[in-house]
Amino acid sequence: MKILVCVTSVPDTTTKIAFTDNNTKLNKAGVTFITGPYDDYALARAVELKEKTGASVTVLNVGEADAEPVIRKCLAIGADDAIRVNAEPTDAYFVAEQIAAIAKENSYDLILMGRESIDYNGGQVHGIVGEMLGLPSISPVMQLDIDGDTAKITREIEGGKEQLEAKLPLILGCQEPIAEWKIPNMRGIMTARTKPLKLVEPTGTDKLTTVASYELPAPRGAVKMIKAEEAETLIQLLHNEAKVI
Amino acid sequence: MSVLIFAELDEGKIRKSSQEAIFYGAQVAEKLGTQATAIVIGQADDSELASAGRFGAGKVLHAADAKLNEPNGMAYATAVAAAAQQEGSKVIVLAKSSLADAMTARLAGKLKAGLAANVIELPDLSNGFRVKSSIYTGKAFAYNDLKADVKILAIKKNTVSPVESEATAPVEAFNPSLSDADFVISVKSTEKASGDVLLPEADLVVSAGRGLKGPENWGIVEELANTLHAATACSKPVSDLDWRPHSEHVGQTGLKISPNLYIACGISGAIQHLAGVNSSKVIVVINKDPDAPFFKSADYGIVGDVFDVLPRLTKAVKAL
Repeated sequence: MKILVCVTSVPDTTTKIAFTDNNTKLNKAGVTFITGPYDDYALARAVELKEKTGASVTVLNVGEADAEPVIRKCLAIGADDAIRVNAEPTDAYFVAEQIAAIAKENSYDLILMGRESIDYNGGQVHGIVGEMLGLPSISPVMQLDIDGDTAKITREIEGGKEQLEAKLPLILGCQEPIAEWKIPNMRGIMTARTKPLKLVEPTGTDKLTTVASYELPAPRGAVKMIKAEEAETLIQLLHNEAKVI
Repeated sequence: MSVLIFAELDEGKIRKSSQEAIFYGAQVAEKLGTQATAIVIGQADDSELASAGRFGAGKVLHAADAKLNEPNGMAYATAVAAAAQQEGSKVIVLAKSSLADAMTARLAGKLKAGLAANVIELPDLSNGFRVKSSIYTGKAFAYNDLKADVKILAIKKNTVSPVESEATAPVEAFNPSLSDADFVISVKSTEKASGDVLLPEADLVVSAGRGLKGPENWGIVEELANTLHAATACSKPVSDLDWRPHSEHVGQTGLKISPNLYIACGISGAIQHLAGVNSSKVIVVINKDPDAPFFKSADYGIVGDVFDVLPRLTKAVKAL
């Protein structure tokens, strides 16, 4: 079985977001970039399937050179090789085109990725790739088991979950608790240095969506503190002042 | 050239978030000088379908093929794409949801559409087609220029407050051509949480964290939520510990919600938690630690023991 895991390189979840250049660019100063947390779940499940079935795991990132430490970490966790498409990943359709082009060349049985990136939060790439390749896509996937050529899947729905089955090949957007995140060990970090990382130039159409500028939310007003012994006052304030109950 | 709005059903009723999408889509249609058409897929009676008119739909297309009774992102995308083609729609509006997310992604691929997710304002048409969306899990906003011929706007819940009219919309049967390829994923079973108020749709949310000390103590959270007719939620550590189901986890890697009121009980307010709830209109924080970072992001705060404060709040709500 051949598994492709698509990963994003995103600011660490604790990052306080700020912008530069007249609010047209993310201020990367002091920001640590990590594998997208949802992508981490996808990778962890792929490595588990590799350990269980002998599958091969290829990591794919559409990103610029500064994403390479994130890709190397994925190799250290257990991916066999990696591909980086050398482009800024700002538009879901464009990113999907890059993934579809790689997938067409290599016939993967499973294409896994996070349910969404934590920067643009679009959650669209898996479905667009599915359309481009004529393959089924399912998201958000909480559990995945492979039985021969059949995938048994648990998908989250509003206030609950669904059990699904579909034949491979498939494209899945993953989330917790599909697997436990994996932390690279020293041996993994050493071997990752020698694993192949192929650089590919982008293909496809112009971007369909661009960001003109960014903005930060207005700060909330000062908190109104209520003494614990007068807790009932809160309900009056929510009713009469905030008018939310 | 109408604006097409996908209106999602929940047990035969148009979801509240889809009512918001219809109202939003009707306003976009007005800006574009055209009509708003809603497409509803699945079983619903005529009066429910016609009620889309109250929120601004000029017409409802109803796809009632029995094969579409089960929510299916791939088949629904085929149906909505066919409706867009029939109506000549260049703008498609829908509310984010589990089904809508799966469907929108396929739809964007089918139509080669420019897509903005988590849209929070009406588009600015003064120079092209620009929409504001929430990004970085609510920590920032983006002004997106949609350049494709077809544009899809997935709006965030609670973005608009619909003003209802007395109007009803005419309903037309719609029979999209579906193929076996749309049904290759089979649904084996479905489990839905019990309770009157589902978290993703809730206007009021009572949420708790490790400060509750164990799942056996959730009664005081549920009692306040029930009294307020609110949904319950939890922080990531709580769902990781299996005190509460994952479907209640709100935060960076859980549900992102934007209710009118979010009451956080015994949650310190890590930035990852805040990311999932910071677009709530009013935030209340109850924590015995006066230095809990969540107080900095709250509108109202109580430094106190949740085991003492929550029952008193429940009693006060009952007295309203």
